[in-house]
Amino acid sequence: MGNLKTLKCSLAVVSLIALSTSGALAEAESSDPIRFAMNDWSSQLINSRIMGSVLEQAGYNVEYIQADGAAQFAGLKRGDLHVQMEVWSTAQAHLREEGLSSGEIDDLGETGMAAIEEWWYPTYMKELCPELPDWQALNDCAQLFSTPETAPRGRYIGAPVNWGGFDDERVEALDLDYEVIHAGSDAAMFAELQSAYERKAPVLVWVYAPHWVPAKFDGEWIEFPAYEAACYDDPAWGVNPDMRYDCGKPRGPIWKVSWTGVKDKWPGAFDAIGKFQTDNNEQAQLITMVEIDGVPIEEVVEKWMAENEDRWRAWIGQ
Amino acid sequence: MAGTTNRRSPWLIWAALFISIGFSYFGAEVLPKWMLEYPRAWTPNFQKSIDAAMLWLVDDAAIGPLSFGEVTRGLAWLLEQPMELLERLFAEGFEAGDGSASRQVFPPMPWTAVIAIAAWLSYKVGGRRLAILITLCLLYLVLFGQWESSMITLSSIIIAVPIGVVAGGLLGVAAYRTPIFEKILNPVLDLMQTVPTFAYLVPILFLFGFGPAAAIVATTIYATPPMVRLTLLSLNSVPAETRELGSMVGCTERQMYQKILIPSAQKGLMVGVNQVIMLSLNMVIIASMIGAGGLGYDVLISLRRLDIGSGLEAGIAIVFLAIALDRFSQALANRPDPVHRAETTGVYSSQNVLAAATIAGLLLVTYTLGFFIPAIQTFPESWTITTAPFWAAMVSWININLFDYIEAAKTILLLNVLVPFKAFLLAQPWPWVLFLLTLSGFLLGGLRLGALVAALVLFILLGGIWEKAVITVYLCGISVVIAMLIGVPIGIFATRSKRAYLVVHAVIDTLQTLPTFVFLIPVVMLLRIGDISAIFAVVSYAVVPAIRYTAHGLSGVKQQLIEAGQVSGCTDVQLLRKVRLPMATPEILLGLNQTVMMALSMLVVTALVGTRDLGQEVFIALSRAEPGKGIAAGLGVAAIAIITDRLLTAKANRIKQRLGLE
Repeated sequence: MGNLKTLKCSLAVVSLIALSTSGALAEAESSDPIRFAMNDWSSQLINSRIMGSVLEQAGYNVEYIQADGAAQFAGLKRGDLHVQMEVWSTAQAHLREEGLSSGEIDDLGETGMAAIEEWWYPTYMKELCPELPDWQALNDCAQLFSTPETAPRGRYIGAPVNWGGFDDERVEALDLDYEVIHAGSDAAMFAELQSAYERKAPVLVWVYAPHWVPAKFDGEWIEFPAYEAACYDDPAWGVNPDMRYDCGKPRGPIWKVSWTGVKDKWPGAFDAIGKFQTDNNEQAQLITMVEIDGVPIEEVVEKWMAENEDRWRAWIGQ
Repeated sequence: MAGTTNRRSPWLIWAALFISIGFSYFGAEVLPKWMLEYPRAWTPNFQKSIDAAMLWLVDDAAIGPLSFGEVTRGLAWLLEQPMELLERLFAEGFEAGDGSASRQVFPPMPWTAVIAIAAWLSYKVGGRRLAILITLCLLYLVLFGQWESSMITLSSIIIAVPIGVVAGGLLGVAAYRTPIFEKILNPVLDLMQTVPTFAYLVPILFLFGFGPAAAIVATTIYATPPMVRLTLLSLNSVPAETRELGSMVGCTERQMYQKILIPSAQKGLMVGVNQVIMLSLNMVIIASMIGAGGLGYDVLISLRRLDIGSGLEAGIAIVFLAIALDRFSQALANRPDPVHRAETTGVYSSQNVLAAATIAGLLLVTYTLGFFIPAIQTFPESWTITTAPFWAAMVSWININLFDYIEAAKTILLLNVLVPFKAFLLAQPWPWVLFLLTLSGFLLGGLRLGALVAALVLFILLGGIWEKAVITVYLCGISVVIAMLIGVPIGIFATRSKRAYLVVHAVIDTLQTLPTFVFLIPVVMLLRIGDISAIFAVVSYAVVPAIRYTAHGLSGVKQQLIEAGQVSGCTDVQLLRKVRLPMATPEILLGLNQTVMMALSMLVVTALVGTRDLGQEVFIALSRAEPGKGIAAGLGVAAIAIITDRLLTAKANRIKQRLGLE
């Protein structure tokens, strides 16, 4: 009994010491505000606000700066912006790599979310084209997906050209009877989806996750031959022996990055952001709350903070 | 295209058209490939050089002991200080403490105070009508829950507009005094207006940092040129007699400007101020992409969510803010000249003391009351209203019930007009286009114009952006034709009565400041991604100068001339055709020029709906952070603008000579 008591007591002391040291660690090294780059899609806003609120709990000052997803890298490199919570491997990998290799931004690891992006159709299309989601059904249904401009070929709305994705190459390599119409922005892309969805009209469009679209609209991704690195590098791979890109799109992580000055100026915050972890399921719930139920982001973040106190306290070592 | 005043011109035009049609049918079979597609091997890579120059400018260039980058950063800091103060004052309040322990120590100005002060000031400046108008505009912002964002936007506008007005005015005066300076300035203005903002966004971010300062710089670059042009135009149109009167009574140079020229040119100058305000508010969206926040950001967020109604409400907030600011500044300028007023206007005049006291009183009352009754300090969120669901429902209804009809009409237009026209343009071999444009320049404006046009066309070729430039010409060409077809009649209508003028004025202010992004979603929903949506967006914006300059030109026709027409028995239609329109031609052509510029400046937005023009090239460059590529494409846009402008101006001069206007 006595032994147990001393053990308990010493445990308490140890944890007290641990607490106080970690408390010291978490003390803000500088009262200058840490500037979060805020893009315009919900998961990024939610995650930035979550991380920002956590850092505020640790005594840091935080500022949220609206920034364009592409233009922000100029700011991150020069230290005008400090933290970016979401860099998508699918569309922004080249910007991140360029920044990392020139030593102007630091990697803060993965967020735990995996980006999915692929050709997508609403579920009601299955009645008209029952063999979906198999990609081989696409050619049989090309007429169905066509418009007067593209007929007899089907119309597929791809992402903005600058997002990459190799859809033009994919159409050629897999010999698909489709015309790739590049939307200039994801807003335009999803506006067309919404329009078609309301009319229950055929539509084939690039959709990605985590995002509110797969949460709001009922649909499925086309199943292409699964991506392997070899598919993009080696023509011999896959169904088309002469061409690359005869497969689906890669699924990749979403990273966090920071300005190189962060690790020296706010080392505690740098560690904390590095520990930030979430996943697609959690994101889907948060995004649904914000986008479908119309709860303000601040409230969603407050709720998350209240429900996940253990998690975020661990990030800041409290 | 090739038009001269003598008899052979129709033949030239017909011959050129005939050959062009020939090329569009048989070009692909007859001509070698290098003529149809400009070979990539013949393009020097100057995009890389621009990138290198940019790095040099940011990192190594120096002005005295300071590097260029440090100087621009310093400027940015200077701009940000008043900006931050205003933001705290209007929107955020003053805070103290760190992290989650930070607390507001002093609240922002209560909404009641802002409205009361605005109403009182506008009553003083413009009477009851103005006070009611401005109060209604501001009440909209409060009621629809746009207050805080509006105040952030307002803060940046309060900084940006005076900079644009003063800088534009000074440049205009300088150009008026020194004709050589005007010659140098003109192409620079063209570049400022036509190089899409996205093309130089990355360099600006590097130089001025991410944040409100960069946004203000970008806004000023875009919004200043009309001020310069209108200053110059209105100074030039001050009658010679007035100027002579000035020299006869012995005005010094300075008095000449202060007492004679600027008051006489005031009407034109105020159009310039109006343009600076409108264009600054037009940049709100782009400014919000680089850290300005405010209403622009709200529009972008709604856009990402396809929330049509909320986007529209935030967009209308921008419009109301613009209208309030514009009407207030117009009223301020239209007050009787201080010379003619009885009271003196020293800083400590009784009037100013009274004004300061009233404002202080209003602030004290609202702050104190706000301390006890929070609703007076901050408008309660539960009191705000929204019409967002209504707009969403309306677009849905149109989409479900009318889409098929719209689609049918669209398909006809697309297949019979747009696609053939695009194919026709794309089929023209570049040496032929180069030849035709150079010839037009030569015939219209002599050797110099011919050489300029040739050089600009070669620039586009060497830049390796030929095909995208042709698509740009196709999109903007069609849009400009449509915009002029709609705009000129509306402009004529606007001069029929004061009431008509007011209505049209409100409509064009709305069109110019309501961000195109706001109706991007409904337009794409109903017209799909593609050229028609893009043309719709371009026309909605480019129609504004067509209307504005037509109306302005017609209302500026001398009353004596109109009376002379009436005396000689002209009907209204004859009066319009024989007297008013010809006399207004210079202004209408300036309007056409501006319509082209506006159409080209909309390329960035058309890129968002997925066109394949130079706008898209710029957009891609931005997203890949390749300033060289972006600037090259941006200069390509400018080259198209300058070619169009110079050819049009030359043609206009011919017409003016024929009409005996010069």
